[in-house]
Amino acid sequence: MLAKDKHGDLLKKAFSVKKRFLGMYKAVNAGHVGCSLSCAEILTFVQFGWKKDGDEIVLSKGHAAASLYSVLAEAGQIEESEISTFYKNNTYLAAHPPTNKIKGIPFATGSLGHGLSLAAGLGLAKKLKKEDKKIFCITSDGEINEGSTWEAALFIAHHKLTNVIWLVDRNMLQGFGKTEDVMQLEPLDKKLEAFGFEVIIIHGHDFRAFEEAKHKAAKNEKPTAVICNTIKGNNWITYEGMVDSHYLPMKDEQFDIVTTEIERFYNEKYAELT
Amino acid sequence: MRVEFAQAVISLKDTHPNLVFMTGDLGYMALEKVRDRYGDHFINAGVAEQNMVTVAASLAYEGFIPFAYSISPFVTLRPYEQIRTDVCLHDLPVKIVGNGGGYGYGIMGATHHNIEDIAIMRVLPNMRVYVPLTGSDVGEALDMMVTDPHPNYLRLNMGAKLPYEVQPFAQWRKIKSGDKGVVIGTGPVLENVANLPAEVVDGLEIWALSIFPFTEIPTELIAKINSTKKLLTIEEHQGQCGMHEALASMLLGKLEHVITFKPLYAKGYPSGRYGDQKWHQAENGIGGEGLAKDVAAFVS
Repeated sequence: MLAKDKHGDLLKKAFSVKKRFLGMYKAVNAGHVGCSLSCAEILTFVQFGWKKDGDEIVLSKGHAAASLYSVLAEAGQIEESEISTFYKNNTYLAAHPPTNKIKGIPFATGSLGHGLSLAAGLGLAKKLKKEDKKIFCITSDGEINEGSTWEAALFIAHHKLTNVIWLVDRNMLQGFGKTEDVMQLEPLDKKLEAFGFEVIIIHGHDFRAFEEAKHKAAKNEKPTAVICNTIKGNNWITYEGMVDSHYLPMKDEQFDIVTTEIERFYNEKYAELT
Repeated sequence: MRVEFAQAVISLKDTHPNLVFMTGDLGYMALEKVRDRYGDHFINAGVAEQNMVTVAASLAYEGFIPFAYSISPFVTLRPYEQIRTDVCLHDLPVKIVGNGGGYGYGIMGATHHNIEDIAIMRVLPNMRVYVPLTGSDVGEALDMMVTDPHPNYLRLNMGAKLPYEVQPFAQWRKIKSGDKGVVIGTGPVLENVANLPAEVVDGLEIWALSIFPFTEIPTELIAKINSTKKLLTIEEHQGQCGMHEALASMLLGKLEHVITFKPLYAKGYPSGRYGDQKWHQAENGIGGEGLAKDVAAFVS
């Protein structure tokens, strides 16, 4: 059960994270807004509600880098002055996470299907070193098309890497269509179970659901996969749940719409607590 | 070289406890003792080379020195993007080991050959490619690799048997002296020249190049090329982007005369037929009678 004060704090942090990355995208007229809105609560919860010192986050869906940068800025690991360089010439903060430059980003990602193997290797290393550390890997659902993701899934299950927590940002959309139209993934839970995972399905924008998943995962004897049912472009009501939210930058009017909506979402959720 | 490789990997574990050995489900009758010595640091990653290479990158990030072993094309061409992105861009000390570079797998056929590996690996950022010549080179190359903090690729093959004493493993080695022309080769295929009849070989100066990329050519070697005005190269590798192209570009500006340049390399599968390694070498003019004629003509 998520305590009210902790829940409130997570809501505040997520709101701040979203405001920051929306400003980042707007400042440089960049796309991938919907991708970051989709996983904002996942990253916020992992960073502020689940992860401990020495644990690692691998954002396999590197195209949501702004969301990760914003979360790390919220945690004080990236300076706001650095954030203002996002997407500009001479920055470390490219549209996809960089190599060897930012604390909290062990690997450059962006080529899909690498992240789960990276997490598998980090998990194996911690196991060999007998360090009680967790690896959180956030993948998109589209990248589950990649064969390497399934190689990694087999490996994680075979080596019983219970220190790897795989969170799937299940927004049902990929680059050029709906996941079920492009390359059917369902029944995804059954597939992951068959591969040897303990599967938890949650509402991917609800911190109470994440808290429950965290407690369940702690008891799992198999590696955990959390299917986070999310909405691509959550709160960007013009393009919510549409592929367009993956690509389109925000014009002034759209920026006003989405920033208004994330504030409404925050106020509504916060009000429910009191 | 597999025997020497396994022995070296086993003995290195004593001095480098952070070594981890990953194999893509290969090693029958070769790696059993490595498995026994490495214990939980030996990981059969299954027939899943993309995952194996990326897992190795993460192990290296965590301070281990991982080997990733398979038949050459399966551990280079198949997971190439993983090598480029996860290993090389992050400059991690992953040691890729490809058995059977060139036509090493002979009658197993084209899927098991790799005549593109030096080209594709040598261009990767931070990567160093090690190409042993003899069986005894393997242990010495591995000594260098485990202390090299960068990504490496080791091309294993059947070790050359040479009628000369060979210096310890190094990027450049002079195998023998001569004044009628220079031969530069990489890998054991160089034995096909070195073992030609004395009347052909006697006048040749033979050098082995064993680490890529290279940024310098020994002064003594450049001087010999300039004085003989003849250079023949041999590699069990396709022509484009292999040794001789790299060498040619390095030699630009260093030559004092127009020289005779005879590059010998693998063309692939000209007849579409298959045979053992020596058969493929002969078909490609890097072994057998064709080579003997070419070298004799080159010397004369």
